[in-house]
Amino acid sequence: MTTLTLKSQPAVPLEAETITPDRFLGKSNAEIAALPVTYGNQRATLGDWFAITGDGAPEIVLEGDLSRAKQIGLGMTQGKITIHGDAGMHLGATMRGGEIAVHGNAGDWAGAEMQGGLIRIMGNAGHGLGGAYRGSRRGMKKGTIIVTGNAGNELGATMRRGLIAVLGNVGDFCGAFMIAGSILVFGQLGARAGAGLKRGTIVTFQPPELLPTFRGACTYQPIFLRMLLEQLRGLGVEIAEDKMEGRYRRYVGDMNALGKGEILVWEGK
Amino acid sequence: MTLYINGVEIEDTFAEGFKMWGTRVIITGKNRKWALEAATKMTGFATSVIGCKCEAGIEGEVTDTPDGRPGFSVLLFTPSKDDLSKRLMERIGQTVMTCPTTACFNGLVSDTTMSIGGQLRYFGDGYQASKVIGGRRFWRIPVMEGEFLIEEKFGMQRSVGGGNFLVLGENVDATLEATERAAEAMQKVRGVALPFPGGIVRSGSKTRSRYKFLIASTNDAYCPTLRGSVESALPEGVNSVLEIVIDGLDLPSVEESTRVGVRAACIPGIRRISAGNYGGTLGQFQIHLHKVLA
Repeated sequence: MTTLTLKSQPAVPLEAETITPDRFLGKSNAEIAALPVTYGNQRATLGDWFAITGDGAPEIVLEGDLSRAKQIGLGMTQGKITIHGDAGMHLGATMRGGEIAVHGNAGDWAGAEMQGGLIRIMGNAGHGLGGAYRGSRRGMKKGTIIVTGNAGNELGATMRRGLIAVLGNVGDFCGAFMIAGSILVFGQLGARAGAGLKRGTIVTFQPPELLPTFRGACTYQPIFLRMLLEQLRGLGVEIAEDKMEGRYRRYVGDMNALGKGEILVWEGK
Repeated sequence: MTLYINGVEIEDTFAEGFKMWGTRVIITGKNRKWALEAATKMTGFATSVIGCKCEAGIEGEVTDTPDGRPGFSVLLFTPSKDDLSKRLMERIGQTVMTCPTTACFNGLVSDTTMSIGGQLRYFGDGYQASKVIGGRRFWRIPVMEGEFLIEEKFGMQRSVGGGNFLVLGENVDATLEATERAAEAMQKVRGVALPFPGGIVRSGSKTRSRYKFLIASTNDAYCPTLRGSVESALPEGVNSVLEIVIDGLDLPSVEESTRVGVRAACIPGIRRISAGNYGGTLGQFQIHLHKVLA
């Protein structure tokens, strides 16, 4: 395990994409300290900003308020990053494997275009969680994101595959232009959820305000949803039995797009 | 060397097993009744590859099913890989998909797989949808009742068919009781299926016939009513013979099943336990009774 403790709060963003288990693996603390970061428009090293201890194993612990440290875990493929504090923008973006756990909040674009692995955010997440960057055609393609708190706008926008679960509320345009995958929101959905939805599933456990381009289909007990919820249970998320055994109202849409997506609304047991 | 268990003679012979391909299917339902109904239908008319194109049986009840509902595992065997895929498609499509509330999952982890849900999905006529859960792809096929969920790929592996033993009894009651006890004990062994009714077969066959249009006919040497008419294999005092046929995902499972079954069958009224073989000339496996009981 390698522990990085923030020495002082950056005044401007610190681009820290070198903080990944892939880059740390097999390196000494001195070598890790020499890895480059960008502080504002200046070149710096990890050692300039962090006190580093540990053995270079593919498990990294970050201590301090890292809300201005961007791109932590960018593209990582293995290992684990644990952050005791807030994390900045682009956390775990494009990651392919491994796990990131944030014991605090995460900034915008966490898990953007990720292709595998697991991100757990114990606080709130910003906008664009698991989404696609501007101009990009695909959001999250694989992997799992679990947010204990709330999440911002455009969650899972254009996502292609994977699972996002938010235990709190989410902002507007949740799952906009989604191609496939699953989004589960245990709190309140924001406005225009599923706008432009082609395929994929948005599940909500609170009465939503749906776009008129979604049509009610039926009320039933989807078996696949039990399995998704069971998967979340396996990841430590508490799911009440009435959600597992519950009835769900199925709305199909978005009829302005392909119309093969769905919003499932829990109606109770 | 003569071996006796509870006074029952165990003949020093062997069952001759054959190479098969096998798979395991997990069927779940809203409750135990419907899961069992589908499993029973799926394994119906699947006693022998000669007449049924496949052999299948319910392996047992499953408590930790993928969707957390009541379920049963089914084993299905065919002589070839291609046949296995075809038979599985037919049977799941006609007996599981049609059965209310069921879902169907792969129960065999293997590098060799066949696309079953990936083919059955076309029944959805374009309205089918896939979902990847835990790295496994499932297909949601809309049906009148709601939705049929089936896993895309099912594993298959080289297996063993034709394991067997014969119970030679003084009368039909004792022989039936012995084989019932054996079948019940053998149901607890994982990885095996007993494809015949109740796991028991009364019309064992030999691989020839006096009629050109038949490739198999009654095993006359073991028919008590033909003692005196043919060269009988039955000792005096034996008036009824029943057989248990065993298909297994691997040889150790078949051997264990044989061991458990033979021991359970050794009750008063049984004179001898034997096994069916072709002198070792046809099958790839030999399950020696004395060896498995040692």
